[in-house]
Amino acid sequence: MGSYALRRLAGIVPTLFIIITVAFFLIRIAPGGPFDIERTLPAEIEANIKAAYNLDKPLVVQYVDYLGGVVTGDFGPSYKYNDFTVAELIAASFPVSLKLGASAMVIALLLGLVLGTVAALRQNSTLDHIVMTLAMTGIAVPNFVVAPLLALVFGVYLSLLPVAGWAQGGVADMVLPVTAMALPYVAYIARLTRGSMVEVLRSNFVRTARAKGLPLRRVLLRHALPAALLPVISFLGPATAGIITGSVVIEEIFQIPGMGRYFVQGALNRDYTLVMGVVIFYAVLILILNLLVDLLYAALDPKVRLK
Amino acid sequence: MTGGTETLEAAGKVRGRSLWQDAGRRLRRNRAAVGAVAVLGLIIIAAIIGPWFAGHPFDELYFDYVAVPPSVEGGFLFGTDAVGRDLFVRVLMGARISLAVALAATSVSLVIGVLWGAIAGYVGGRVDNLMMRFVDIMYSLPFMFFVIILMVVFGRNIVLMFLALGAVEWLTMARIVRGQTLSLKGREFIEAAVASGVTRPRIIARHIIPNLLGPVAVYITLTIPQVILVESFLSFLGLGVQEPLTSLGVLISEGAAEMETAPWMLIFPATVLAGMLFCFNFIGDGIRDALDPRDR
Repeated sequence: MGSYALRRLAGIVPTLFIIITVAFFLIRIAPGGPFDIERTLPAEIEANIKAAYNLDKPLVVQYVDYLGGVVTGDFGPSYKYNDFTVAELIAASFPVSLKLGASAMVIALLLGLVLGTVAALRQNSTLDHIVMTLAMTGIAVPNFVVAPLLALVFGVYLSLLPVAGWAQGGVADMVLPVTAMALPYVAYIARLTRGSMVEVLRSNFVRTARAKGLPLRRVLLRHALPAALLPVISFLGPATAGIITGSVVIEEIFQIPGMGRYFVQGALNRDYTLVMGVVIFYAVLILILNLLVDLLYAALDPKVRLK
Repeated sequence: MTGGTETLEAAGKVRGRSLWQDAGRRLRRNRAAVGAVAVLGLIIIAAIIGPWFAGHPFDELYFDYVAVPPSVEGGFLFGTDAVGRDLFVRVLMGARISLAVALAATSVSLVIGVLWGAIAGYVGGRVDNLMMRFVDIMYSLPFMFFVIILMVVFGRNIVLMFLALGAVEWLTMARIVRGQTLSLKGREFIEAAVASGVTRPRIIARHIIPNLLGPVAVYITLTIPQVILVESFLSFLGLGVQEPLTSLGVLISEGAAEMETAPWMLIFPATVLAGMLFCFNFIGDGIRDALDPRDR
């Protein structure tokens, strides 16, 4: 398994290379640039700006320079936030996004697993139907609808929680955004868990464990859950990517200074270096998390043998 | 012997039911799915013909009626927006655009996905390996970000959005189709076709693809809400459809900005969007259960 992990890790490099290359050239063939403003600048000033940002060299040279920079963790200066490099902006904003995303993920997992298991144990009961209807709602209603509605109800009407904002990321500031982010994934995980749990509970090894006289709790935790967990684990990869993407819009709605917000602002301002830096950073993150999920899956499923 | 003939004749009158007839019956018995079809049908009809009967043009600014709450007497069923446009007709227009984008993007993903999956699955071997490896790599990319970059780089072009969304959504379709093709490949009727000298492209077009319809139909009904969601997501961020045209995402985003003073601007478009997504999901689940009654 060690060698498998290493090979997969090596496989990330070409994928990343493709991402960087596509993103770089996509942005450079764009008409217009970050320094297009209403009035035309004197030629010398324009030349100076271009030289300062390395835009005066041939495209291929710029590309090689950029690639070299990325390898050493240098994503260049931000075009719009004049005094910051892209790396500094990412370093400042990523912890915020991480805090949000990780909380949402943990809540989604815990709540989803519990709800799904309960629904499976009481299959076709009223409780089961309620949980599954809620799950359908969670899947069908997008987070950018849930988020403003939550803010409207809990922030405006009931005045229980702040409508938006991020004062050092206190718990009160986190409740609504994390809820909005976690809800669809609670729903997905509950559905997946219910589905696989229903099947596992019918299987012979669970019946044997029950027949042996093991208490239900022990049967569930020791025998059924590990087997029922597999589909949930293979969903973790897409879920992480989804939560990362979701945080773009959630941060925008709740005015949270995370990476997603910088990305959207960067995109709207044509701050190309910032946009590319964030994309590359996220790509690395998603690729590595996917790898971890695959390894975890292999560790839990005795049927999978990695070569 | 007469008795025997009668039985045979009686048996002749009993018509066999095809897989699709069976599925149709099961689908009609699924109350949630039937309800969803009815509601969705209403929304679609309203979105297509509604704007002509709504009584207000979708881009007319009524300066005397800015942010008026909804009322029947006032003539604005859903109220007006922050610059005094009738929200009812704008919601209908938004639903129209969302549906159009979804339809176009789903068609793109359908064509690419089915062809890619069927060829990879049927040809097999190294070709299959290469083609599916490509899908794997595409899968691991942060796609949303690429779509956002595309929208920024090439301007907010609606045709490009169709293509970009379709190009993102075909991956799962290709995977499903490939799996299905692999299992079809070993069947006798394919062997018979091979034995009677039918060419490969013809086998794929005439024998493989028609037999893929079931799972593809299910996945289409699940792709459409997915695309609507992504389109609204982009429009919400200000990267999708541009003024004076509108989409549900744009309306929700405008509504969210005004929700403290004019909550109807958020609630109506949000309800319509959620309703549409609900219906598509119910129908998709319904078709899946109807075609494959095993895991109910």
